[in-house]
Amino acid sequence: MSKSLAPAQSSLRSWLLVAPLLVFLTAFFLVPLAQVAVMSVSDPEWGLGHYVDIATDGFHLRVLGDTFLTALIVSLCCLLLGFPLAYAMAAAPPGLAAAMMVVVTMSFWTSFLVRTYAWMVLLGSRGPVAHLFSWFGFTAPELLFTRFSSTVAMTHILLPYMVLSLYGVLKRIEPSLPRSAASLGAPPSFVIRHVVLPLAAPGIVNGLTLVFVLCLGFYVTPILLGSPREQMVAGVIGQQVEEFLAFGEASAMAVVLLASTLVVLGLYHRRFGLDRLWG
Amino acid sequence: MTKPYLELENLAKSYDGRTHALHSVNLSVAKGEFITFLGPSGSGKTTTLMLIAGFEAASEGEIRVNGASITRVPPHRRDIGIVFQNYALFPHRTALGNVMFPLQMRKMPKAMAAEKARAMLDLVGLARFAERHPREMSGGQQQRVALARALVFDPALLLLDEPLGALDKNLREGLQIEIKRIQRGLGVTTIFVTHDQSEAMAMSDRIVVFEGGRIQQAGAPLEVYNRPANEFVARFVGDSNLLPIRLTDPAAGLGEVAGIGPVRVPAQPGRQAGDRATLLLRPEAFGLPNGEAINAFRMRVGAVVHFGDSALLIGRAGETDVRARLPGLAAQGIAEGTEISLSWSPVSAHLLPAAKES
Repeated sequence: MSKSLAPAQSSLRSWLLVAPLLVFLTAFFLVPLAQVAVMSVSDPEWGLGHYVDIATDGFHLRVLGDTFLTALIVSLCCLLLGFPLAYAMAAAPPGLAAAMMVVVTMSFWTSFLVRTYAWMVLLGSRGPVAHLFSWFGFTAPELLFTRFSSTVAMTHILLPYMVLSLYGVLKRIEPSLPRSAASLGAPPSFVIRHVVLPLAAPGIVNGLTLVFVLCLGFYVTPILLGSPREQMVAGVIGQQVEEFLAFGEASAMAVVLLASTLVVLGLYHRRFGLDRLWG
Repeated sequence: MTKPYLELENLAKSYDGRTHALHSVNLSVAKGEFITFLGPSGSGKTTTLMLIAGFEAASEGEIRVNGASITRVPPHRRDIGIVFQNYALFPHRTALGNVMFPLQMRKMPKAMAAEKARAMLDLVGLARFAERHPREMSGGQQQRVALARALVFDPALLLLDEPLGALDKNLREGLQIEIKRIQRGLGVTTIFVTHDQSEAMAMSDRIVVFEGGRIQQAGAPLEVYNRPANEFVARFVGDSNLLPIRLTDPAAGLGEVAGIGPVRVPAQPGRQAGDRATLLLRPEAFGLPNGEAINAFRMRVGAVVHFGDSALLIGRAGETDVRARLPGLAAQGIAEGTEISLSWSPVSAHLLPAAKES
């Protein structure tokens, strides 16, 4: 009897080990999340009214559309900028590769509020970019508070995720593979397109998924830098809570945002398995 | 030798501008020749191969194929087939896709490329595996695919970089014969890099021995084995006894070896009486003397290692260590700790320049 209990006891023990975390997550994450879900159908009155609004009214749909579009543009910008960097890092001698890694992750360690403000200074009407324009005799275009400025800043903030995803796969490509492709007559551009890219595909998908999902929920950067006319979902949720006290509507949007994120991750999981997302 | 096909002229490579990985290598290879670069790691053999392939730039010197310099031609325009130790097959392509790759690079129509690639897979005995991916094949099969891929475009040169290093012994021997057969059949000029001297002996028309970034000797396998140019080559290629010898009458081939006594060697017309040199005796040069033999001496047997077909006797003659290999039957009665008589024929001896005493 006591013997047959042993496995149950050991599984009880491992449950005890994760218990503090479970209690914490339940109290401070699951319960509030459930509250948000409940609020979305109960505030100010019971019903699915908020969801119907979101699905039908132009403003909400446009915000959702802008959010997805911004996330897509940021993901692609990260890929275009990150690939050459990751490729150079993977090909660099160990010392240089380590130095580049430090530079890439350094921007990771800087608070992203700081990085966002830095972009406000750079792109502001009296910032260095504007000065450069007037130096050449042009009037500086309005850079700040546009989709351009928020896209630039988010690309900058999310770039390390992409670079690290790509670096992982590029580093694992046998150096003899590009060499053997070259010896077989493939010019360098062809080696990249037909040997390196296919082998790096898992890292590319990983990087795109990570950046896309993280970008969907961005709040501070688009609020501080973005155009008030092209808001992202998280910003609108904040606005509704803070300015209009419309908790129900805000909750419904939060649930939609969460659901969208889960759909993206679900698609990724179906195809590749979620355990591989973080490398 | 016939007109050279591949020429290396004063080829040198330095990675940091101060120390040389390769010092002024000169070599001529005839068309269709099978050359082996043999040497320990860091000897310069792989560096030389990388320079020929174009993956590293030569610091000095010229590489010519068929009279035309390729020293500054990028690798993808050199028309050289290479087989790497780790196969380097494209994991996202099938065996057929891998073999078709160089043909597609040369803009050959797809149907024709597929046909040619299939014929080449057939030649390496893998016709049935055309649709498999590399991960579904054994190491030996992958290496055959790599060989087919390196040969399918009729390259000017075939380079093999320790292609058998990752395979087990039985497979290696099978593939050695296979590579030789295919190379002969196609008549492709081949450079094979290895650190395995028996592989070099078995496969090559000529062996080029590298050490310290220099060519130590280039010659036919038996020439390198029987008449090594120096002690390094003697030690690296085959088992050896290297004994200090003092010549008493070089013209008559007479000398004296400590622990053994007066010996008879091939005549040394170029040397003076009293000269010192190193006597090379391969272990299999020894035999059990019958009756009055020349070059006979007594050896105390320290250890006997039986291999069945032969046995290695390790012992001492006076203060001199001797390794002798006898036919298995002849060695059966010899016990460790006993003293036996051995002799060797003067023609099996070879004299090297005197060693700096080690």
